[in-house]
Amino acid sequence: MAALLRKRVFIIGLIGLAVLFPLIIQNEYFLHVLTLAFIWMIAVYGLNLLAGYTGYLSLAHAGFFAIGAYALGLLTVKAGMNYWIALVLACLITSGIGFLVGLVALRTREHFFAIYTLCVGYIIYLVIDKWDSLTGGVRGLIGIPAPANIGPVSFENPLSQYYFILAFLLLTILVMYRIVHSLTGRTFMAIRNSEELAQTLGISTMKNKLLVFVLSTFFAGLAGALYASFIRFIGPDIGYITIIFDLLTYLLVGGIGTLAGPVVGTFLVVWVSQSLQFLQDYRMLIFGPLLTLLIIFYPRGIVGAFYEWKMKRTGKKRRQARPDRRKPEPTYAATQTSSEKKVKEG
Amino acid sequence: MLKLSGLTVTYGSFAAIEDVTIDVAEGELVVLLGSNGAGKSSTFRAISGLEKPSAGGITFDGKNIAGQSPERIVKSGVVQCAEDRKLFPQMTVHENLIMGAYVHRKKKKEIRQALENVHALFPMLQEKKDHAAGSLSGGQQQMLAIGRALMSRPKLLLLDEPSIGLAPLIVEQMFEVIHQINQEGTTVLLAEQNANAALKIADRGYVFESGSIVVQGTSEELFTNDAVRKAYIGA
Ligand SMILES: Nc1ncnc2c1ncn2[C@@H]1O[C@H](COP(=O)(O)OP(=O)(O)OP(=O)(O)O)[C@@H](O)[C@H]1O
Ligand SMILES: [Mg+2]
Repeated sequence: MAALLRKRVFIIGLIGLAVLFPLIIQNEYFLHVLTLAFIWMIAVYGLNLLAGYTGYLSLAHAGFFAIGAYALGLLTVKAGMNYWIALVLACLITSGIGFLVGLVALRTREHFFAIYTLCVGYIIYLVIDKWDSLTGGVRGLIGIPAPANIGPVSFENPLSQYYFILAFLLLTILVMYRIVHSLTGRTFMAIRNSEELAQTLGISTMKNKLLVFVLSTFFAGLAGALYASFIRFIGPDIGYITIIFDLLTYLLVGGIGTLAGPVVGTFLVVWVSQSLQFLQDYRMLIFGPLLTLLIIFYPRGIVGAFYEWKMKRTGKKRRQARPDRRKPEPTYAATQTSSEKKVKEG
Repeated sequence: MLKLSGLTVTYGSFAAIEDVTIDVAEGELVVLLGSNGAGKSSTFRAISGLEKPSAGGITFDGKNIAGQSPERIVKSGVVQCAEDRKLFPQMTVHENLIMGAYVHRKKKKEIRQALENVHALFPMLQEKKDHAAGSLSGGQQQMLAIGRALMSRPKLLLLDEPSIGLAPLIVEQMFEVIHQINQEGTTVLLAEQNANAALKIADRGYVFESGSIVVQGTSEELFTNDAVRKAYIGA
């Protein structure tokens, strides 16, 4: 109970910090970087639901991010549509294409799925890059409007954009929390665990995989659309392979299959790579080995490592609290599985 | 209730079972005996829809279920408890049971009822309801696997070697529970190598040898059959 309360206080504190941040540190550059990080976090949450909770590593998500961005850009710039309608449509278009891709992609598994989606992602990039008449090709799309005013609230300045995107991030996290703790979320985890077992319990694995794929692309599309109206200019490179590897790095560092992972990982990697900017591309010489070490020692990322550490500590405390009683020590397997469970919920 | 007629299951060009005909009437407890690789699990996989039969038919309650999707088959009332007692190790005991009632997920009352039944059958599962399934002992995991299968309130329960790898005392308890499940109205098809214990609770049995049925009969008949005694009972 106390732990639950502490967790709640901690989360509210974090939200408070995010809300107050721009008022404390009045630095436009930081504000810009942080807003951008929020957008990536939304995309990483989408990826996490699919790759982390369901066990299907999609490498097409940069492509879906780009579809969301271009859908919003084209609908507002070329079709002159209202921003809010365009935002909703952009998400729906992305998940609609996600549905079609999923129909085929989800017939493959594991590395075949990863390779297949990698190809899909690259094709999306090529289509955007080459379809000059629609997307503007390499020149990109300029003049994307900022979110339209809601009554007296305008989203033209960086500060209001920051809060605008923070709101979407919080909403995303809330939705993820609800999904992960629902029967649907457990169904996804059951599929990750063993598809055959899931089937023998009467779970339609194809239907559920399609659902999670569509949900996951929805959030990629949302992130893309928010990106477009934040940066106000998009080029085909936002759909390029490097973006998916960035997203994947954020997810792996934070903790794949954990709820806090996307926030922790994205924030940390963005922050570190900002502070190492003077090293330019040599940063990768540091990042590469660090990432390798992290994955070898902490496959569930920082959040996973944290929960493991906490499990060990509470285990130790409990043993110290009653040294007289000869309680059998929890077996290795027991502590491990229960820490895994914690990780899942974290 | 369940009829397999001339069922053949192949993996590539290898026939794991060939021309198998089995009949299970409502309320019966029928055992499939056979040593390793005889084809018991392949039969179960075909019944539960994980493997498409390459020949022959499967009917349940008079309806053809051969080649249907596993979830359709579970919905029609046939559920399998596979031999490797697979659980969701990170989920709690309670969550595992709830997953078992997936086909009834919209019927809260039925789930509660099923949960009560399972808890009555395995009180241990209630005591350990918040433990991670992966932290249970082998016997407890087997009970959870059976309990989870029962959560779908099946008409026919397929149990694939529930006694495998368990201590003799636990095996005895396990068979008692299986007998009780059957007594309470669930038809059971049981695959076993432990012929002695299985025949004690079964009504009838079939003996598999390299993919075909070689002997069949009532439990008493099989128990006194010389070939069966030699191969499976060791007397
Ligand atoms: N996926 C598979 N691919 C190829 N051959 C298989 C496969 N599964 C089983 N077999 C073969 O089919 C035959 C029957 O196997 P099955 O698993 O049905 O036997 P079983 O009676 O359940 O044995 P056990 O008591 O060891 O569980 C065996 O010869 C086995 O090698
Ligand atoms: Mg078997």
